[in-house]
Formats: sequence, C-alpha cells, structure tokens
Amino acid sequence: MSPRDLLPLVLALAALAVLPFLGLSGSVLNFLVTTLIVALAGLGWNVLGGFGGQYSFGHAAFFGTGAYATAVLQLKFGWNAWGALAAGIGLGALVGLAIGYLSFRAGLRGSYFALVTLAFAEVFRILANSADFTGGAAGLLLKLQPGVATLQFADRRFFYLLVLAFVGVALLASRWLERSRFGAHLIAVRENEEAARALGVDALAVKLRAIALSAAITAAAGGLYVQYFLYLDATVAYGTWISVEALLAPIVGGIGTAFGPLVGALALQGLGEVTKHLAGGIPGIDLVVFGACLIAVIAFAPQGLLGLRRRRKVAGKSVAAAGA
Amino acid sequence: MLAVDSLTKRFQGLVAVDRASLAVPAGSITGLIGPNGAGKTTLFGMISGFLTPSAGRVVFEGQEVTAEAPHLRARRGIARTFQIVQPFAGLTVAENIAVGAYLRHPRRADAVARARAVGTRVGLRDQLDKPAADLTVAGRKRLEVARALATEPRLLLLDEVLAGLNPSEIRDILPVVRAIRDDGVTILMIEHIMQAVMTLCEEVFVLAQGRMIASGPPRRVCADPQVIEAYLGKGAAARMNAEAADA
Repeated sequence: MSPRDLLPLVLALAALAVLPFLGLSGSVLNFLVTTLIVALAGLGWNVLGGFGGQYSFGHAAFFGTGAYATAVLQLKFGWNAWGALAAGIGLGALVGLAIGYLSFRAGLRGSYFALVTLAFAEVFRILANSADFTGGAAGLLLKLQPGVATLQFADRRFFYLLVLAFVGVALLASRWLERSRFGAHLIAVRENEEAARALGVDALAVKLRAIALSAAITAAAGGLYVQYFLYLDATVAYGTWISVEALLAPIVGGIGTAFGPLVGALALQGLGEVTKHLAGGIPGIDLVVFGACLIAVIAFAPQGLLGLRRRRKVAGKSVAAAGA
Repeated sequence: MLAVDSLTKRFQGLVAVDRASLAVPAGSITGLIGPNGAGKTTLFGMISGFLTPSAGRVVFEGQEVTAEAPHLRARRGIARTFQIVQPFAGLTVAENIAVGAYLRHPRRADAVARARAVGTRVGLRDQLDKPAADLTVAGRKRLEVARALATEPRLLLLDEVLAGLNPSEIRDILPVVRAIRDDGVTILMIEHIMQAVMTLCEEVFVLAQGRMIASGPPRRVCADPQVIEAYLGKGAAARMNAEAADA
C-alpha cells in the first residue's frame, strides 16, 4: 500500500480522534462510542459480505462470542481484561471458521448461507440464555473497576479512542483488501466463483480466511461492547439486532468499500438519534426509519452513500469528456 | 504435453463422453470439433478439473491430474476460457485480467503491470479501464483469453472463442491466437468455425455423440465420410459423392 492509499484513512481517523475533545456532552459521547462499535461490527461484516459477497444474517454469532468470552474469562477464570478481549477475538475467528467450514464445504451460497448463519446465531442465543456459565437469562455484570488493566476508563473519551483504534485497524484491513492479492481473489470469488477457480483461486480457502477475519473484527466489537456497558445477556450478545446493524451499516454506507460501514453507521445511528428526539414518544420509531432508509438505499442507491458520490464523479467525468 | 485416456462422463443415465482419448503435442494448436451436443465442453470440463470423470485418465506433462481441483491445475499451467463468457462484471477489464496475473505475481504492482501488458497484447488496450460489463461480445471473448493468458499457462484450452463474432472480428483475433502459440503456449481449442480450424490447427479431433470418431490434419478429417455423416446425417457422404460424380 502506498502512502496515497492511506491518506484518506489517516485523515478520517484524525478527524474522529479530535471529536471527543470539543467539549461534547456525555450522551453525545455515549452515542459516538455506540456508533463506532456498530461501525466496527459492520466493518467485520463487510469483509465477508461486501468484499466476499457471502451475505451473513448471523454476525451476532461472532459479536456474542467475542462479548461472552471477554466477560466470562474475567468473571469465572479471573483473566486480565485485555487477555480476555484478545481471546474473545480469537474465539470469534474460530467460530467463524467452524460455521464457514460447515456451510462453504456444503456449497451454500446466497440466501441459503444467510439462513444458516441466522440459525447458528439463534442457536447460540438460546444456549447462552440457558447455560449457567453465561449467567443464563439474568445475564452477566462486570464489576466497575476503572483502570488500564481492567480496560475500563473513568473518562469515556479514552474508551472512545480505544474503540477508534480498533476501527482504524479494521479500516486498514479493508484498505488492504482493496489493494492486495487476497482481496482480489475474494472479490473474484464474489463476482464469479467458477471463473475465479479457473484462474487458480482456491475458493474455499479464500472464503474461510475471509470469514475468520470478518468474525474476528465483529468479535472485537462484541468484546468492546461488554467492556463499555459492563452488562451482557443473550439478547444483547446474540440477538438479531446486531446482525441487522452489522449489515445495514455497510449496505447503507457503501457495500464492499473500506469506508462504507463507518459512513453507514454514522448516518444510520445519527438518523436514529434525531428521530428519537423528534418523535420520542413513539417506541421503536428509529427502527421504522431504519427500515425506510434500507428500502430507499436499495431502490435508489444500491452502491450506498459512497456509491452516490462516485456516480456523480463518473457522470461529471463523462460530461467533461463530452465537452472536450 | 496433454494426454486424455479413455475419458468417460456419465450424467445419471446419459453418457456424455464415452471413452474419448486425445493427445496434444507440446507447441501445437490442436482442434476439437464435433456437432452440437457431442460432449466437447464436457470433455473440456474434465481436462480443466471442473467435472470429475466417471472413468479414464487425464495426464498433463507426464503427471496424472485426473482428480485434481481446477485451481491446482491452473497452478500447474492449465488455463481455460468459458464458452459462455464469465467476466467479473463489477470490475474493470484490467482488474479482471489482474486476477489471473496474481497467480504468478503476488505483488499488486507486478500483477497490474502484467495484466495491462496481456490486455494490450490481445487488443484490449483502449478498454483496460472500462467496466468489463461494458464490453462487446468480441471484447468479452478477448477478455476471456486475456484472463487465462495472464496465468502464464503452458496449455491453453479455448472453448469457442470465435463463436458469436462477425467475420472481420474473427479475422482480427486469429493472429492473436497464433501469436500466443508462437510464444510457446500449447493450445487446444473447441471451434465450430471451420475456416478458423483449417487455418490454425495442425491436427483436429472429432467428437460425435461422446465418441472420438476421427483425428488427423484438418483437410483429411473434413473429407472423412464418418465425420461428414456425423454432421449431416447417415448416408450424406455417399449422396455427396454421387452428386459430385453426376456433375
């Protein structure tokens, strides 16, 4: 990757990094942390769904695994929070590999793959809801102990920067996909698996690597979520809400692009907040707006918000060419 | 270079290819012809690894590859094009070709440079940065060839790259195919357009109803009564001879 490839990434991260120091209120900061966690989950989804074309409906399986591993390893095994988070990311990748191996070996694609991932997430949710070590239906509570070792910060701004660092790594990974052989192979598999195989691409291996990377990133989002909110139950960890958020952000922002999930998460979460403020009395109104947005994007901007901009640029170019 | 030994493919009850054998000498352009539905593409599928033969062997450069996956055969140096073109529609022409070039060039800069060189060579220079979906039929056929060629194969399997092209487009692409061979790539091509087979191929194999019924230099094969009957029906050769005698 050349410095030019990395410039937009550095600029975006720098802009986001100064944001919390502009004297924002606690609730705005809270909103930003949640948005970045959703963006991180979306960046994970985008690796497999956006670049690889394998649409998962069950990224909750990875989010929840990362979250539970981070919490359970601290609570029941006395692990250090950082170690627990790292293990959660690793376990998430392993769960991804297992689900990927079972479904890709069986040749599942398209809606079949989506349904299988949804089923896995639901199975995990039900198991977590009934098992003892996950706290069952009562859930798990992490003790409030602010400190670097416990990965909790009295000042929310530090946690925000930590999540932003993870987002930065995920953005870097996405940028690498746009500029590397592995990424080219993954996109080739998305576009036409047969043709890719004829060109020497091991489609199964490529998809397995993609789902492992995708799951690891989304698991990191889960681990950070539990470290921030210090509470977890099966509906939060393995619920469909996060599967939906993780795929909505990239689809609305720009599927298969490095920045799509970040842009989409900011737009959707922002819109959700605004609607909640304007129509606070109606519960679930933000979800209605989400649904409307999704329909609008699919109908009018299938390449997402970033795609709109690119389309304008291309149109501008051809107009310029016609003028010349 | 390539030896196919009594290859058979059964789809449930239907025998698509029945004990077909052929040999492709290194450095040659060898043709595979036959009426529609003869099993040519099925045979190609087995040579490139997309279909598993029911019986028989495929030997490439002295090594048996009968059960090997397509991507492993591509790494060995067998490349194929598809009769129904399969572009990566969302990518540009250069990006399409680069996927093939990445096989031997892991670094992006090398792969992209290689892809542009190969694209230029097959006559796609002005289209390199266009979306592959915008190409004409002739352009897509060239893209199929370019992508396969970018894997730097030793054996190139061309499945009807001339079908659907007009005579001037065919005239333009024939020298491209010959130049590929002159660079040391052995070619096995399925083709319906006899003019092209006659000018390009040193040897042709004729497949009809799954069986290899004739082989030899194109002129001799075209005069073979069995081949004429395979295309035109039983008794056609005799009728033609009689008509020629009357005239």
